[in-house]
Amino acid sequence: MAEKMAMAKAINESLRRALETDPKVLVMGEDVGKLGGVFRVTDGLQKDFGESRVIDTPLAESGIVGTAIGLALRGYRPVVEIQFDGFVFPAYDQIVTQLAKMHARSLGKVKMPVVVRIPYGGGIGAVEHHSESPEALFAHVAGLKIVSPSNASDAYWMMQQAIQSDDPVIYFEPKRRYWDKAEVDAEAIPAPLHKAQVVREGTDLTLAAYGPMVKLCQEVANAAAEEGKSLEVLDLRSVSPLDFDTIQASVEKTRRLVVVHEAPVFFGSGAEIAARITERCFFHLEAPVLRVGGYHAPYPPARLEEEYLPDLDRVLDAVDRSLAF
Amino acid sequence: MTVDSSAARKPRRSAAGKAGTTGSKAGTAGAKSGTAGNASGTTGTKRTTRTSRAAAKKSTEPELVQLLTPEGKRVKNAEYDAYVAGVTPEDLRGLYRDMVLTRRFDAEATALQRQGELGLWASLLGQEAAQIGSGRALRDDDYVFPTYREHGVAWCRGVDPTNLLGMFRGVNNGGWDPNSNNFQLYTIVIGSQTLHATGYAMGITKDGADSAVIAYFGDGASSQGDVAESFTFSAVYNAPVVFFCQNNQWAISEPTEKQSRVPLYQRAQGFGFPGVRVDGNDVLACLAVTRWALERARSGEGPTLVEAYTYRMGAHTTSDDPTRYRHDDERAAWEAKDPILRLRRYLEAANHADEGFFAELETESEALGKRVREAVRAMPDPDHFAIFENVYADGHALVDEERAQFAAYQASFADASEGGR
Repeated sequence: MAEKMAMAKAINESLRRALETDPKVLVMGEDVGKLGGVFRVTDGLQKDFGESRVIDTPLAESGIVGTAIGLALRGYRPVVEIQFDGFVFPAYDQIVTQLAKMHARSLGKVKMPVVVRIPYGGGIGAVEHHSESPEALFAHVAGLKIVSPSNASDAYWMMQQAIQSDDPVIYFEPKRRYWDKAEVDAEAIPAPLHKAQVVREGTDLTLAAYGPMVKLCQEVANAAAEEGKSLEVLDLRSVSPLDFDTIQASVEKTRRLVVVHEAPVFFGSGAEIAARITERCFFHLEAPVLRVGGYHAPYPPARLEEEYLPDLDRVLDAVDRSLAF
Repeated sequence: MTVDSSAARKPRRSAAGKAGTTGSKAGTAGAKSGTAGNASGTTGTKRTTRTSRAAAKKSTEPELVQLLTPEGKRVKNAEYDAYVAGVTPEDLRGLYRDMVLTRRFDAEATALQRQGELGLWASLLGQEAAQIGSGRALRDDDYVFPTYREHGVAWCRGVDPTNLLGMFRGVNNGGWDPNSNNFQLYTIVIGSQTLHATGYAMGITKDGADSAVIAYFGDGASSQGDVAESFTFSAVYNAPVVFFCQNNQWAISEPTEKQSRVPLYQRAQGFGFPGVRVDGNDVLACLAVTRWALERARSGEGPTLVEAYTYRMGAHTTSDDPTRYRHDDERAAWEAKDPILRLRRYLEAANHADEGFFAELETESEALGKRVREAVRAMPDPDHFAIFENVYADGHALVDEERAQFAAYQASFADASEGGR
């Protein structure tokens, strides 16, 4: 019973299903109740599940994550919303020093089934702190899992899987894709949470992306096809762990790799992918792994974000550079 | 029976009390009149600062709940006596035993650090009454969120004291199952655990249970945002949590004046719940006040802040050198208020304990020291592969890959299996 729905709605439906299925699941955050969240991702949930399950919190991010840790210790499975990417930093301490380490610290006695939802990335013309992509800052921390869906169907299923995970999952939602629609089949058997997907087959070069950049890479592949180039597109879906086996298999076929993300390139996830794929595929590569992403600069004001964000031409340029080797 | 929150916070004295109690407005007014009464212009600014600092300092003079004086005399307290009315001589001896054994354990750990057996130790010397009094007020189904100095509370919860030493020896980052004794692992980051306590308490409410939670933290932690946020959350959700601040006067080298211009217990007022200051060297008063606060929590009246006014007799940790920032006479003044000595005086004066009791306890105390010493020395280093264990509950491809690399590397050493490592 597949239904076409926007990504925001798919996440909403997924949360609804989790709240219905497991009485220990809670939804928490600023404005998630009556308002339904600033993106309406939690719309209607409080009305149907009550203020005890869908909790409007004080405006305090560390408090949101810190109390979620306590609730998890009590046996609950909180799904907390950080309103925007740039607002996660007041909670960064709780996420990094507590949430990520509680399982190891307790020698496995304590589980931390907490999902931290972060609407992230640019392209919506927002003000400062509303457009960032901090995934690498979290991926560097052992104990956290980082995922980012690129479409409504994955958004639905990956949320189910994130909630069921006994590990803390940082769930980055590409806010510029919230309104993109796709078929969501609530009866399907989903792919594993941390498995990358080949979303377009190709033979000349691999484009690897996740979250908001997958759609762009598909557009790039379409444009390149018109020029007679066959690009393979990977939706990585998970930033930690990263599915290097799928990337490796693709690169062994195409012999070229361009990684695309919105976050700054410097010390970003593309750097990790480039380094490991170089180790794994050194003799297969015809060109160095190239990266396209943001600059080492604060996310710019909205009127400049088109210059900052990877776009069709910048990715195509990287494709040309790779193919020129 | 509960004590009205305003009673605990009622201003009882003149300028100093007002400045502290009613906050910055009154403080400013006091300072202004000071300036006007003196001299003019530019020096007035300085004087204003001095005056208000003096007022702030004066207001930190203890106005606290006390049931046992430093001389061991039982004093009446209309509000809190009821909470220790059922305490028998045997109970008192139990509290005394707890404090003595905890101090002995602590002394042994300090010695073990000096001998190189522990990498670090955070001594509780001087804070035994605050910890034993509050710890013995708890029910088994209550849950404790400690910082890293709550060895006495751990003792009350039945955590084997040798388990506390693993992280200080460097063999683990925890060492006990928090759910076995409802005693969460030590938290090193200052104040983080107050939010965990609040969340846990919110869960208790959701479960419809009548357990309570107690969160321990220090005077330094009271400056942390997490502590303020935990006050906000617990108040908003009426969470059954007791915030037990052990004000031991020093946050490493910084005195309490560097943390707050008002007495710490008064912080609660701004969050809408009661705060009370108790003599933290008086085990009976700590027991009574914590029982009162726990009862409030259980009966749905929400959070309470208890400030146990005490003193850290030793260093912050064994890495610290308190002679650089505080005077010996300060310690001497607090030694006169020693928590163990005052209860002993009371027990002796009331004929609640005889020489045999004290002698037996001395023997038990030495046996504990010996057991701890031997246990630490026998503590094995963790297996090398422990690095990769329990990083994730559900596993992680990178951890698996790196574990395999590590194994291959370890195996590459010749004769590793023959002890040639």
